[in-house]
Amino acid sequence: MSKVKVATMWFSGCAGCHMSLLDIDEVLIDLAGRIEFCNSPVTDLKVFPEDGVDVTLIEGAVANEEHLHLVKEARAKSKILISMGDCAVTGNVPGLRNGLSPDKMIEDIYGKDTTTNGELPYDVVPHLLDRVRPVHEVVPVEYFLHGCPPPAGVIAKAILALLDGKEPELVGEDLKFG
Amino acid sequence: MEKQIHIEPVTRIEGHAKITVFLDDAGDVKDTQFHVTELRGFEKFCEGRTLWEMPGLTARICGICPVSHILASAKACDAILSVRIPKSAEMLRRLMNLGQYVQSHALSFFYLSAPDFLLGWDHDPATRNVVGLVQANPDLARKGIRLRAFGQEVISRLGGKRIHPSWAVPGGVNSSLDVEDQKWFLEQLPEAKDTIRETIDLFKTSFDCEARDVLGEFQSMYMGLVAPGGVWEHYDGLIRIVSQEGEIVEEGYDPSRYFEIIHEASEPWTYLKFPHYVPKGYPEGMYRVGPLGRVNVAERFGTPEADAELEAFRTTVSRCSGKVFDYHYTRLLEILASLERMEQLLNDERILDPRVRAEAGINELEGVGIHEAPRGTLIHHYKVDENGIIEKANFIVSTGHNNLAMNRAVNGIAKTYISKGNVTEGILNRIEGGIRAYDPCLSCSVHAVGQMPIQLDIVDADGALQQTLTKE
Repeated sequence: MSKVKVATMWFSGCAGCHMSLLDIDEVLIDLAGRIEFCNSPVTDLKVFPEDGVDVTLIEGAVANEEHLHLVKEARAKSKILISMGDCAVTGNVPGLRNGLSPDKMIEDIYGKDTTTNGELPYDVVPHLLDRVRPVHEVVPVEYFLHGCPPPAGVIAKAILALLDGKEPELVGEDLKFG
Repeated sequence: MEKQIHIEPVTRIEGHAKITVFLDDAGDVKDTQFHVTELRGFEKFCEGRTLWEMPGLTARICGICPVSHILASAKACDAILSVRIPKSAEMLRRLMNLGQYVQSHALSFFYLSAPDFLLGWDHDPATRNVVGLVQANPDLARKGIRLRAFGQEVISRLGGKRIHPSWAVPGGVNSSLDVEDQKWFLEQLPEAKDTIRETIDLFKTSFDCEARDVLGEFQSMYMGLVAPGGVWEHYDGLIRIVSQEGEIVEEGYDPSRYFEIIHEASEPWTYLKFPHYVPKGYPEGMYRVGPLGRVNVAERFGTPEADAELEAFRTTVSRCSGKVFDYHYTRLLEILASLERMEQLLNDERILDPRVRAEAGINELEGVGIHEAPRGTLIHHYKVDENGIIEKANFIVSTGHNNLAMNRAVNGIAKTYISKGNVTEGILNRIEGGIRAYDPCLSCSVHAVGQMPIQLDIVDADGALQQTLTKE
């Protein structure tokens, strides 16, 4: 049986969901036999394979131009997209900046009142979007994993169900935010 | 013709970043830039929220070291409440921080960095990761995974969950230690210690002093908190800064006055600011923090096994090591020291005292919380109004302190491994490795997060893109 190709991505979030994914601990060793990990912050693969992947787990909200580009690429290259964690699902903490002007924020954080030289970061770095958005506001998403972060058990349950070709059955506590 | 090489995103570090290498006409390295590409804006959106929310909210700065932010935040809040927290609360906060050191350092070593040097810098990138390590050395990988799991379990049993536990609060912690958990922790410690002993031995036999030059060596100052007598410290203490030669630059500096000696600079090409030592200015005031910084500033660990290993380490280098690769070595020593400290705390019955929280209102309008996170000194600084509403928040995170040093490390490695425009994938990975050694938590650094994946653009002197290399 060919291995299931899984990618993971990380937009505006705290890495906590990826840590929760690693928190499946020794289940990871079992999964290694059934899954081919493709592009992910925890591997050295940086782009989607040519023929795409079966599943992409996305942590974080869409907050800058680069995320906007990548989330569309992820949709095009993945059979199944999963919003992993509250930032991807609702915007959550990164979304707290909605209502603030990105330019004003950058001036306040990097400007002359705060730093030695007052250089504002506008070169090379991706520009912030005016508003932080949950993933499904930009592209359609098949599954949502709630939680800040989703408990390791919930992530494992969803992945294992999909590996067996079943619908993940997430009920009760599995659906808790925060 | 001048060219640029871009590496993006840098993977197996915790955050969004990329690297640009500027080549000169001859194809040799002229300059390098390490870019952090995300900003979330915690400083701004924390304004207007209540003090009481801060530990829980700022935990979300980073999912890899949430405990660090919870503790720094709680300490800043303690200062605003103007309380001295109960002894048991302090011991429990220390215990959780040590659990955090174990899990975070084990993550950095086994999951993120070991694939480079245990599988090899030139190993196939498709399996040069933790899964590849599992397949190549299942015994070591399983032990590493269990070691991290133990650290996470300490956090989970104390705080209710592994990531973002809402447990440390202004004035102390919100639950005391359960006797069953105390017993369980003590039962688990021997296995954890065995794993780290074995790993340190493997590391020492695999990498002699010369092999540890792989990521370069350079001079800088080092900063960290130390306890009285210059003993290694992770939760409290006073700021010490030493030179490369180990001479004292600052001693016994009150952390709440950090802003008198540390300022931040900014650059147009990165969201991560550049903290520097004020008397030496920017960018000359470079210093390093984290495992290597703490070990270099400390006289000793203060626990027997870690001190014996420290002595062995110091016989291979001078008083202060400037080798980037020694971040890995000192990270392992700190895991050992953390396990020994945990044992001491757990065997002290005062840790079971159920009085774990001092209640108070707003008694100061400004507070600084500072402690040693796994990646280095972490500073939370809040100003509040009479009702405890945040008027200003500043965070200087561990990875930020190392920003100048990471740029310097990348520059050194690029110059060593790229010449006449000749670049290979393995070389790129070494440059990334130079960054990964600092275990940067870029979530923290820009109070943003992201992946660090890599792309390399070669651009000529006129700024036109000549070629793009990506890691596939």
